[in-house]
This record gives sequence, C-alpha cells and structure tokens, in this order.
Amino acid sequence: MVINMGPQHPATHGVLRLVLELDGEIVRSMSPQIGYLHTGFEKSGEALRFQQACTLTDRMDYLSPHANNLAYVLAVEKLMGVEPPPRAQVLRVLFAELGRIASHLVWLGTHAMDIGAMGLFFYCFREREKILDMVEASAGVRLNPSYFRIGGVMRDLPPGLEQSMREFADELPEWIRSYRALLDRNPIWRERLVGIGPIDRATCEQYGVTGPILRATGVARDVRKISPYLGYETYEFDVPTFENGDSYDRYRVRLAEMEQSRRIVYQALDRLEPGPIAVDDWKVAPPPKEALAHDMEALIHHFKLYTQGFNVPAGEAYAAVEGPRGEIGFYVVSDGGAKPFRFRPRTPSYYNLQALPTMTVGSLVADVIASIGSIDIVLGDVDR
Amino acid sequence: MSAADVVERLRAAGRDGVELVAEKGSESRVRSSREALRETIQALLDDGFTLFIDLFAVDYPARDERFEVVYQFSRLTRPERVFVHVAAPADDLHVPSVTDLVAGANWPEREAYDLFGVVFDGHPNLTRLLLPDEWEGHPLRKDYPTRGTTPLAPIVTE
Repeated sequence: MVINMGPQHPATHGVLRLVLELDGEIVRSMSPQIGYLHTGFEKSGEALRFQQACTLTDRMDYLSPHANNLAYVLAVEKLMGVEPPPRAQVLRVLFAELGRIASHLVWLGTHAMDIGAMGLFFYCFREREKILDMVEASAGVRLNPSYFRIGGVMRDLPPGLEQSMREFADELPEWIRSYRALLDRNPIWRERLVGIGPIDRATCEQYGVTGPILRATGVARDVRKISPYLGYETYEFDVPTFENGDSYDRYRVRLAEMEQSRRIVYQALDRLEPGPIAVDDWKVAPPPKEALAHDMEALIHHFKLYTQGFNVPAGEAYAAVEGPRGEIGFYVVSDGGAKPFRFRPRTPSYYNLQALPTMTVGSLVADVIASIGSIDIVLGDVDR
Repeated sequence: MSAADVVERLRAAGRDGVELVAEKGSESRVRSSREALRETIQALLDDGFTLFIDLFAVDYPARDERFEVVYQFSRLTRPERVFVHVAAPADDLHVPSVTDLVAGANWPEREAYDLFGVVFDGHPNLTRLLLPDEWEGHPLRKDYPTRGTTPLAPIVTE
C-alpha cells in the first residue's frame, strides 16, 4: 500500500510529504517530497542589499537563526576583508551557543512528544522561553533576530542581560538532569530509539550528513574545532561522539552538546570586555543613533548605508559554521555591487533529510516517526 | 595529497581539462571541463575529500558558457575543502551527473535542474524538486523576474 505521510502531519516537523510504500507496518520504500516551504530565498537574496539579505537568513532554519546569520555574515566579511572587534566576536559566540541550546531544547521537546512523552515538550519550551527572552532583550525579536550584522552585532547587551545569561547557565544542569532522569533509562524511550534509524559513517559522507547525526556514528567532526571561527580555538569544550549511529546515540550527542555549550557560555561571559560592538567603519556598520542628532558625517553615512548599502568587492567566498543541525554554510558571489550576485545557503537539514530513506527502509512506520525526530530537521532549512 | 596534487596527477596521466585555479589556506578551487568532471570528482573522493558538502549552479549571463555548476567536498575531520567549477553554455546545458559517485548529489542536481534548467545526463530521476511538477521556467536564472510570472489575483471591487 502506498500512503502519504504529510505534508500536514504533526510528526513531520513541518510541511514534509513522505510517500511511503508499506507492507503492513513495514516500510518498503520512502520518497520524501519537498518544496512545500520553498519561498525562494536564493532569488530574494539577489534582490536585496547585503545587509538586508541578513534578514532572509533568520528565516531559513528558523530554530537556529543565529547560526544562519553567522554563516552569512562571515562569508560577506570574508569577501570584504572585515574583522569585527573582540566584543562583537564574544557576543556572537554567546548567542551562537545559547541558540544551540535553544534549538536542542525544541528538538528534545518535539521529539519526546512524538514518541509519547508529551510532558517534556512543556519543560523544554519553558527553558527555551528564557533564551527567547534574552534574544528579545538583545535584538528586539524572539525568533528572527538578525542580531549578527556585517561588521559586528546589532547593538550591545542591555543592562542585566549578562546576569540573566549567567543565571540561566547556572540553572540549566538541573533541568537537563531532570530530562535525563525521565528519559535516559526509560524502557519505553530506549525501546523506541535504540537501534532505530541507523546510519553509518560512509553513508553520512556520501550524503553530506553533518552535525549530531554524523557525530553519533563516531566521527568527531565539528566545524568549530576543525576550521575554527570567532576564536573558538581559544575556548575549552569537547565534541561528544557516540558509536552506534542510531536514534538513541543522536539523543545522547545532543544532550551532551547542551552541556558543552553551557561551558562555552561561561567562558564567553568571563571574557566579555567593554568595547565597540561593530567595526569602526561607517561605510559598513551604522553610526550610533545618538550621533545622528549632532554629527553631519554620521547622518550622511547612516543615510547612504540604509538607502544604497555598500559595495562588496567582486569574488566568491564560502563560510561554514557548526549549527545545531550540522554544517551551515553560505556561498556568496559578489559582482562588486551592493547586492549578492549569488546567495547560496548550504543548509544541513536538506542533506540530512535526503539520507532519511537509508535509515528507515525496512523498519516500522512508528520507527519512521522516531527517526524523523532524531534527525532534527527544519523544513525552512530544507526548502529555503 | 592536496587538491593541487590530485589535479597534477590527473594532468600527468594525460587528463586534459582540469586545472587548479586557486589555493588559499585550506581552500582549493579546481576548474574542470564537462568531459573531465567525473574523473576529477572520483580522484578527489579517492584522495580523501570524502565528505560531500554542496552542489549548486550559478547563472553568469555575460559569459559564453553562461551556467556554472559548483561542487564542494571536504575532508572528513580536517579543514581542507575543494571547490570544483564546471561551465556549460545555454544552448548545450548538459552536465554529467555524479549521483553514482556521490549519492547525496541526487537532490541538488534535481534542484539545479528545477531552478536553472541544467540537465544532468545520467541522473536516475531528473524531475523538479522544490517547485510543483507543472511549473514552467527556471526561476533562479537572471532573466526570470524576482516576483515571478504568476499573475496576481484580480482586485475585485464590489
């Protein structure tokens, strides 16, 4: 029997249509049909100026907007030869890691809910609310902040936010401990995840599968360690890996990663020094708003920046970051103008989803649900 | 070996149409002809650039060979990356498919077909991926309007 799972289905985590060929409960073949969330980001990116295009990046993987922002601004900064000041780098690390924790909390809550542990959804989203409050305090927006801008970050932290971050990091272990107490050795959880949705290293390489899925097969690939950016080589953190490549190991990887992100958050908070939060070049980063009232130079630069933008030297550059779902990269081609000539996001969920049939063919329908949750896809990332 | 060495070895073995065009830090850029593409990619895979990263097309209307397809591979646990660029003209928009060498190329090749019209010869299922099957045109081409071609719904005033 051939049936549709989706595109409207609570467990596909977005508008994903899986055409399943079933023999009773056993999946004989699976064909993901994507494109339901395709909104043409790559085309829109060519019609917007470089700073404006940053707002598109939030909306792709909408559960880890900071990671998308980061890959994009790093690519453009590479083309321009611009290096943000130290405080901006540390703020970027802070929000990148808090964003990773927030993303993993959504993953855990929704994945557990699919498997049947519905209460966990509320716990995880309760914790995530605190991070969203921090994002809102910094950027004014909860979900699509565009906080990272070309040349630095949007604005400095409001008073009290550093303290909130520290308090959050202090409380987090207790919450993670409570999730683990509910799940780690829960027989139902283990029955639903151990040995389910297996993938091996060679298949990951062939399909371009990165992130926790790859690390659950034993490969210690983390872009933060291999091609460090934002000074990650100066932070102490581990890259958790496990061996079996199944859904349970992917669960263990992500929980361990939350703990590692917390370590980085403390280190970043400790090294936060006062200073500028964007590069001191008003042709790239806007002057402070207060200056517009009395400084003609500032006014002119502000005007030009927001009406004409800046030109990026011709060339092409790729920048990759380790997002919560895997390697997020941006390939930006500039023709020397103010708009990207080619705006190509390398989005991890697209590649991770393509490998889903290899993980689920021959398994039960219920295992498909568990596998989809364990690969942690976001359809905005898949379809763009 | 580096990507540069891989290219050297191919050329020394008589393979034309492959050249290293740039090498900076851990990133190498290789330009390949369509004829040399599959061999180049296989040689890079064999050399340890085993992690497939991305495959996409770019439209350069000002060029004779208007369309370019870019492939990216990385070493698995090392920083080295290699970009392979292949060009094709608009009136012969065919590029050999590499889906049998790299399983993950399946969707990106379909996407490049869908959005640019690049035909990947040998692809097992070259159909649209993101747009509906009955869509006409290839939106990421530079001559396709940003707002699309579908007319807006008429404004009804009564």
